[in-house]
Amino acid sequence: MDYLYFPGCTLYTKAKNLDVAARECAKIVGFELRELPNWTCCGATFPLAIDNLMALLPPSRILATAMEAGGNLTTLCSVCFNVLRRTSYLLESDLEKREKIFDFIEMEYRDGLRVPHYLEILRDEVGFETVKAKVKRDLKGLRVAPYYGCLLLRPFDEMRFDDKENPTILERFVESIGCEPVDFPYKIECCGSFQSVSAPEVAIECGYAILKSALKNGAEVMVSTCPLCQFNLDTKQREIREEYPEFQGIPVLYFSQLMGLSFDLPMEILDFQRNDVDPLPFLERKGLL
Amino acid sequence: MGRVGVVFCLCERLGDSVDKKAEGIQETIEKEVDFNWLATHPGVCTKWGIDFLIKAVREQKLEGVVIACVAPKSVGPTLKKAIVRETNGTVLTRCIGLPVGNPEPSTQSETVETLKRSLDELRNEKSPQRAGPSIERAMVVGGGIAGMTAAIDLGNGGYETILVDRLPSIGGRMLQLSETFPTLDCAQCTLTPKTVETGQHPKIQLRTYCEVEKVEGKAGHFTVTLRRKAAYVDWEKCTGCGLCQEKCPQKTPSVFDRGVGLGKAIYTLSPQAVPNKPVINPETCRYLQEGKCRVCEKVCPVDAIDYEQKETFIREEVGAIVVATGFDLYPLSQIGEYGSGSIPDVVDGLAFERLLSASGPTTGEIRRPSDGRVPKEVVFIQCTASRDPDRYMPYCSRVCCMYTAKHAKLYKHKVPDGRAYVFYMDIRSTGKGYEEFIQQGMEEEGTCYLRGRVSRLFQDGEQIMVWGVDTLTAKRVEIAADMVVLATAIIPSEGAGILAQKLPGVETDVHGFFTEAHWKLYPVDTGTDGIYFAGCDQGAKDIADTVAQGSAAASKVQALFAQYRNETSPEAQGQR
Repeated sequence: MDYLYFPGCTLYTKAKNLDVAARECAKIVGFELRELPNWTCCGATFPLAIDNLMALLPPSRILATAMEAGGNLTTLCSVCFNVLRRTSYLLESDLEKREKIFDFIEMEYRDGLRVPHYLEILRDEVGFETVKAKVKRDLKGLRVAPYYGCLLLRPFDEMRFDDKENPTILERFVESIGCEPVDFPYKIECCGSFQSVSAPEVAIECGYAILKSALKNGAEVMVSTCPLCQFNLDTKQREIREEYPEFQGIPVLYFSQLMGLSFDLPMEILDFQRNDVDPLPFLERKGLL
Repeated sequence: MGRVGVVFCLCERLGDSVDKKAEGIQETIEKEVDFNWLATHPGVCTKWGIDFLIKAVREQKLEGVVIACVAPKSVGPTLKKAIVRETNGTVLTRCIGLPVGNPEPSTQSETVETLKRSLDELRNEKSPQRAGPSIERAMVVGGGIAGMTAAIDLGNGGYETILVDRLPSIGGRMLQLSETFPTLDCAQCTLTPKTVETGQHPKIQLRTYCEVEKVEGKAGHFTVTLRRKAAYVDWEKCTGCGLCQEKCPQKTPSVFDRGVGLGKAIYTLSPQAVPNKPVINPETCRYLQEGKCRVCEKVCPVDAIDYEQKETFIREEVGAIVVATGFDLYPLSQIGEYGSGSIPDVVDGLAFERLLSASGPTTGEIRRPSDGRVPKEVVFIQCTASRDPDRYMPYCSRVCCMYTAKHAKLYKHKVPDGRAYVFYMDIRSTGKGYEEFIQQGMEEEGTCYLRGRVSRLFQDGEQIMVWGVDTLTAKRVEIAADMVVLATAIIPSEGAGILAQKLPGVETDVHGFFTEAHWKLYPVDTGTDGIYFAGCDQGAKDIADTVAQGSAAASKVQALFAQYRNETSPEAQGQR
């Protein structure tokens, strides 16, 4: 069970802690990630204008490369996943645009390429039971708030990732590695996204509401799947505390890091130094290290 | 079959290229289709057109004729009847559709194909034979207000009628309601006389706790097999004293009370149930599940409990069938943004009816299902899972604006210091007295109407947080509510699709509602003569419209029986 893997730009830089742990965990549960050759930027946003075919060229080229290489293509970053999955849907359903794009990039379109997210592979191919069987470190019912953000789920018709309004895939994942999922109402609310560049105060409000709600519902740790969410929820906590001094903070981990922890992977792979809110003191206090 | 003819009706609705189109199609037909006579006419549906047809049929000595026009569903039946009448049923007719406007060449070839098929059908049809008079007995499937109305009308007309319901007693959804809009009449006071009348009618035979297993035959001569489920109670012996229900130790959430009240494992739907005989729910009965208990058997004074009872099959011969299987509400479990049914104080409209109802689990007091407290802030959300083509049902469920206004009003009557908020998209109050009812609620009862949608509900401590928007002030609204009532979409009742498959020629639309023979002219006719429908199984509607359809279906059945008695040809026996 091998998958072509599209890392995307951040997974080699800022979000290395998402990438490395995920690759290691994949091996443990029984699949290999083969890096897609000659990959480029995915474009980072799916075009909002329906006639903006130019913006669809990079993701189409990535998908075409995967078609050429054979096999299915997976990715980890929610932004890349959103762009690739939606492009793949568009190419399947709009033959006219497909023809135009493929004429331009001078590549061949081949049917049958699937673009599953890493979590979908765990759910549908590997099975959470298998994940559970590989757990080595007892996380003792650590209370984890699963945060989805928006890009994994929407638009629903194109993404078809999970229930559109009340997804549970992360809850099931968290359970499989011996943690207790915490339901909190902000799990699919906006993290602030790119507003952290243009209107940082907006992103701070978004992040604060999400983190506060998770804490209120008893979460000890939050898991995220997306480098941008991670930035707004983890890195931004310093600024949130400046604005709201009573805010106590909460470690935010990539789901792959928590999975790696439960598989007892070495600390260099889990790479917690990259997380702004250092989870180690808390994990130590909890007796989980 | 002898000579067959084809007539094209070339009326204005075909568009501006009538002549060209006729030429084009005529050429193809003359080349490809095998027929004896071809003509065109500018309006076959007129008196003048019909005269033309009849004259042509006689002069050309035709035995079959295919008519192509733009409105075959509405025009066809009239032409067919006229030809049958004039030729004493010796000439067979088919009516096929022509595309309106300027069609693609592909549609033209489709028309030619349909024409060929219709001609083949005509040629293969057996020469008319009289099937004998109809069995003058009817079956009504579904004992709600639609079905009861149809059964009573048929019974009053002198026809023996079998009323089937899958529940242990008749009454349907209306029995669950508290008071009805726009008069605030008590639903039970309206309904109970009808259920009693149905139960006592000398011409109506009740077949409750039965489901339709198989339907064979055609108009005038249907054989219906019913499956009578095991009640585990001998209804012949049972006197309906109620002792078994009183003593049964097994309490379970009651389906009739929509989960906001408790019922027993041996139950009737209500104290006024018709027939007033209990059944045992085998899934919750302690004895049938675990082999221990038998309390009901011990207390029954007439030895009516029979744990060994098996399901039985009953065959009924009837001439016509009225299907009135009613509706369900869109399941809360499928609405993720509103808690997927996991928040106890978020209920649907029918559950709130049970809380309002004097015969309900709280004897009409509004109390929260979670802790029994009287809610002081209640939020009503209209159009839940309706009018949402991307995610849920695209259609309007038609009654929610009205019953939500009623809910808010009744709530304010019972909890005068409480506050009622209604989130709405727009108010659709089109019935007689409906708009006045809404206005009265807004102006005199102080119901707070907010135009906007609610994006999310979640439990926040003891309250339910409501995130909404008021689009008239363009502001986000957050309400910490004690209770939320969702006006969920009306959907066809469970199993309606399976029933449709058992009924010859009966079709359902993409949402599962039965498809009428013609949108406007034949609203209670199915595609098959002798099978009609009434009420919400054809689409969402209020009680008044439902009753009207019940009577309409009954009158169709009576006309069918009369035609079978009077007409000489089976071709004329079709009502359409």
